[in-house]
Amino acid sequence: MNRFDFIQPITIEDAIAAWRPGAAWLGGGTNLVDLMKTGALQPELVIDITHLPGLGTIETLPDGSTRIGALANNSDLAHDPGISRRFPMLAEAILSGASGQLRNAATVGGNLMQRTRCAYFQDPNAACNRRVPGLGCDAREGENANLAILGWSASCIATNPSDFCVSLAALDAVVEVQGPAGRREIAFTDFHHLPGDTPERENALKPGELILALRLPAEAAQFATNSRYLKLRDRTSFAFAIASAAAALRLESGRIAEARLALGAVAAKPWRVTEAETLLTGHIPDPALFERAADAALAGAAPSGGNAWKIDLARRTAARALVMAAAGTPARMPALPASPFGELTGEPTHA
Amino acid sequence: MSISITLTLNGAARDIALDDTRVTLLDLLRERLALPGTKKGCDRGQCGACTVLVNGRRLNSCLTLAVTLDGAEITTIEGLAEGDELHPVQSAFIENDGFQCGYCTPGQIMSAVGLIAEGHAGEDLERIREGMSGNLCRCAAYHGITLAVREATRRMAEDKKGQAA
Ligand SMILES: Cc1cc2nc3c(=O)[nH]c(=O)nc-3n(C[C@H](O)[C@H](O)[C@H](O)COP(=O)(O)OP(=O)(O)OC[C@H]3O[C@@H](n4cnc5c(N)ncnc54)[C@H](O)[C@@H]3O)c2cc1C
Ligand code: SF4
Ligand code: FES
Ligand code: FES
Repeated sequence: MNRFDFIQPITIEDAIAAWRPGAAWLGGGTNLVDLMKTGALQPELVIDITHLPGLGTIETLPDGSTRIGALANNSDLAHDPGISRRFPMLAEAILSGASGQLRNAATVGGNLMQRTRCAYFQDPNAACNRRVPGLGCDAREGENANLAILGWSASCIATNPSDFCVSLAALDAVVEVQGPAGRREIAFTDFHHLPGDTPERENALKPGELILALRLPAEAAQFATNSRYLKLRDRTSFAFAIASAAAALRLESGRIAEARLALGAVAAKPWRVTEAETLLTGHIPDPALFERAADAALAGAAPSGGNAWKIDLARRTAARALVMAAAGTPARMPALPASPFGELTGEPTHA
Repeated sequence: MSISITLTLNGAARDIALDDTRVTLLDLLRERLALPGTKKGCDRGQCGACTVLVNGRRLNSCLTLAVTLDGAEITTIEGLAEGDELHPVQSAFIENDGFQCGYCTPGQIMSAVGLIAEGHAGEDLERIREGMSGNLCRCAAYHGITLAVREATRRMAEDKKGQAA
C-alpha cells in the first residue's frame, strides 16, 4: 500500500473543500482499503467521511418518498422495519450480498461506488483500460467467464458487482450529491455508465462530488407485496452474483398493472429492462408470459468471452424472479435471502 | 503522517501513536499491541479470521484502518473471558467440537458473539449458517460451529432471563 495523508472532517463543507485530485472518500473501507492493498488504487489523501453529521438517517419525507443517508450502513438499512416492509427487495438484495461483518461496515454510498470485481482491474500489473485508460484489456483473452453479456465494448467487458444497485435501478431511485459546484440529483439509471470508449468514467459523479443520500419515490412502495431479488452464486452464500434479477409487480384484479425488472452481474451497470416491463403490463401473470419477458430482457445479449453460458442463465434467472414476485413477497425474510434453493415463497430448504 | 488515537481495548483505555496511516486494526492488534489472538487469513475481507467487535458490532479488522478508530471500543478474543470463566460462546465451541486446527476459531467466536447480539438468527440452524457465512473454516468444522452457536444463543437467552427474574 502506498503512503497517504488522512483527515476526518466533521462538516460536509470542510470535506468538500478538502477534496483535491488524488483524494478518495472513505466510507466503510471494505472496497477502498482492499484495492489500496492490491495497489489498484493509490490515493494520496484519504478523507474519512464517516464522521460527517446527518448522513446516516433513514426518513420518510412529506411527499411520501424515502430518503436514505449515504452513511447508513448496509445492515441497519436491510433490517430497518420501514425499509423491509415497503421495499422488501432492497432488503433481500442487501442481505444476499457480502457477509454479516462486511454489511456492518459497508455504507450506502460505498455500495453504489464499489468497483468491478474483474481480476485484472484489481491487479496493478495487469493491463486494464478501466484502471489506466489506453493500456488494453487483459480480460478479453483471460479470465472472463463471469464478465459482461450486455452493454460491453471492445475496451472493457467488466460487470458491476452490486446487488443493492439492481433493486435500486428497478425502483427508480434518485441519487443526491454535493460537490464544489453545489448540490444536484442524478436518476439512478443514469448513475452508472456503460464502458464505451471511456471505461474509466464509471459513473455520473464529477470530480470532488460526494453522495449525500438516495431517495426512493413513494410509488416504489406499491410493489411491496410482490417483489423479489434472486441471485445465482457459485456457492450458497458469501459470493458475488453470476446472474441476478430484481422483479416487482403491481397487481390489480389479477392482472399486472405495472412491472419492474432489472438484471445484475450482466453489464457494467444494473440492467433495467423497460421493454420487458412493457411486455408484462396488462397481462395475467403466467410462467409463459414471464419466459417471453425474460427473452426480451436478454434480446441484445452477446458473449464477451467464454461466457455464452451466462445468457441462458440470466434469462432463466429473470423468468424465475418474476415467478417468485408473482407468488408474493414472503412474510419473513427467507433464511437464505435471494437464494434459488427451496420453496418459491416459503422457507428455503438447505442446498 | 503520524496520528494519535485513543481506544478502549478489551475494557482498558489505550493511547496509541500511529506513525503510519496504513496500519489496519488487524496489524495494530497483532504486530504492535501483542494481541495475536485475532488471526490473519486472507487480509481482504474474504475469510472472517480477523473478526473483532468495534463498538459492539462484528467487523473485519483487516479492512479497517486503525486511524479511523479514535474513540472506539474494541473487543478481541483476548477480552471475552472473565478471568478464568469462559464466555458462553467459547464454552459452547469446546463442548460442540466447533473447531479442529483452531485457526479460524477466534474469528468464528467473535462473529458468533456479534451475530447473537444482532438477534436475527435466533436458534434456527439455517439462519445461523447464513449469518456465519462470512467465516470460512478450512477444516470444515461447520457442523460443530453451527451447533455451538445455537447452544450459546440458547444459554445466553436463559442467562438474560435469569438475570431479569
Ligand atoms: C469479500 C467481499 C465480498 C463481497 N460480496 C458482495 C456481494 O456479494 N454483493 C455486493 O453487492 N457487494 C459485495 N461486496 C462489496 C461490498 O458491498 C462493498 O465493498 C461495500 O458496499 C462498499 O462500501 P464501503 O462503505 O465499505 O465503501 P468504501 O470501501 O469506503 O468505498 C468504496 C468506494 O466508494 C467511494 N465512496 C464511499 N462513500 C462515498 C460517498 N458518500 N460519495 C462518493 N463516493 C463514496 C470511495 O471513495 C471508494 O471509491 C463484497 C466485498 C467483499 C470484500
Ligand atoms: S474488463 Fe474492464 S475492468 Fe477488466 S481488465 Fe478489461 S478494461 Fe479492465
Ligand atoms: S483476514 Fe480479514 S477477512 Fe480474512
Ligand atoms: S478449525 Fe481449522 S480452519 Fe477452522
